[in-house]
Amino acid sequence: MSDENDAGDSSPENDGTQFDRLPATDDERVVEGRPTRAEVLDWWDERFGIPPETFDGHTFWERGSGKIWAFADDVASPVAIEGLGLAFLRTRREHWKPTLEAVQRFGDAAADCVIHLSRAEAATFVAGDDQELDWDGDWGYLIVTTDVADDSEPVGVGLYVHGELRSQVPKGRRREL
Amino acid sequence: MDVLERYESLVDDFDAFRAACERPLPSVVRVNTLKTTVERARAALEEADIAHEPVGWHDGLFALPDDQPGTNWPYVLGWIHGQEEVSAVPAAVLDPQPGERVWDACAAPGSKTTQLAALMDDRGLLVATDNNLGRISALRSNAERAGATNVAVTHEDARNHSLKPFRAPDTDDGTEGAPYDRALVDVPCSCEGTIRKNPDALDDWELDHVHGISGVQKGVLRRAIQTTKEGGTVVYSTCTFAPEENEAVLDHALAEEPCELVEFDLPLASAPGVTEWQGESFDESVETAKRIYPHHNDTGGFFCAKLEVTAE
Repeated sequence: MSDENDAGDSSPENDGTQFDRLPATDDERVVEGRPTRAEVLDWWDERFGIPPETFDGHTFWERGSGKIWAFADDVASPVAIEGLGLAFLRTRREHWKPTLEAVQRFGDAAADCVIHLSRAEAATFVAGDDQELDWDGDWGYLIVTTDVADDSEPVGVGLYVHGELRSQVPKGRRREL
Repeated sequence: MDVLERYESLVDDFDAFRAACERPLPSVVRVNTLKTTVERARAALEEADIAHEPVGWHDGLFALPDDQPGTNWPYVLGWIHGQEEVSAVPAAVLDPQPGERVWDACAAPGSKTTQLAALMDDRGLLVATDNNLGRISALRSNAERAGATNVAVTHEDARNHSLKPFRAPDTDDGTEGAPYDRALVDVPCSCEGTIRKNPDALDDWELDHVHGISGVQKGVLRRAIQTTKEGGTVVYSTCTFAPEENEAVLDHALAEEPCELVEFDLPLASAPGVTEWQGESFDESVETAKRIYPHHNDTGGFFCAKLEVTAE
């Protein structure tokens, strides 16, 4: 994997119109504030217990400030197109936040910070509503699961604070089930 | 004007054809095998008490006689995608393999794109192009809902599609990306075959429009052949009965680009492509194309052809 594109003499900045491959490590970082591939892998592992090898077949890209995409192939960086794989993580803020789509696709592999809901609670969550629930794990972003067709399935992302699970389901994905 | 009347000389049982065109179609969903199995999707539909019937020729397609696909658990999880039965034909004919480079030339809103991604097992590169930003937003949303990670979306006129964004890592700026193994050319068309879904599909029909759009179709098909490697496969499809948009487009590509039409199997009843239309004759090989009429399999109407790219 090659390093990031060097944008010239002045200090390179993030360019929201193109995808830039994440640098592998700190040593290869050129754009200030850009997370590294190693940091992204560590984050999924530390927060959710998703093993780094889960993403062995994927390259990671940033477009827009802090929006990270997982792509199943590799191309030369940067690339100025409309989409490259799956938007799967929001970084460059105190608490990184996974997307609903990332959790539905990769959340099966999670071992930590997974809150399992009854079907009725999960329906409240999918409708976009907040609810009071007991949870004795870490506060912050959790993977929400429920049983569908006799197995636990990742549904989306909730924010747990002060005894409350706040639904993070984006408006376009909410449904009254 | 009675548009369908113009096809009387082409259709085997015109009365049955007309009658079928007037019957509405049920909703059909395709199981997204990137996120689940056909068995589990079925179980989830049962659990939700949604009546569903397999369509027979394709394992992952179910008709929902009583429901719309949008508000249920399997939909929320991205396990099912609403897609008309015949529209699942061209991706199945293209048959892309995991790890290949594939172009979906007119991709939005992404039903066929997500089907291609699933056939590729989400590996390799699937470039999905559209020229309309609003429709690209639907395409991206559908690709993400499907959980596809191998889709690269481009906003451009497919007739001028550039391989440059897909050059290999560590190559110089301006280098072309490698040509495709396969390309799907499911072009915008006069959509006559969707009459069972959209009863007003023929209201704005005009011969001028058919001729105009035929020019675009020729351009997109030619670009697909140009960007696909020798020995690679290009599938051309429409949802119209008009020979101007079907066999005439193939005839043009055969004359202008290195390619030939090839036979393919399809487990659906169909009629061969036509070699003559309103005084014009087409290359005999257009007979390898398949015309799927609504009365054949009780579906929408469709046209599908398979081409192989040959040496210059």
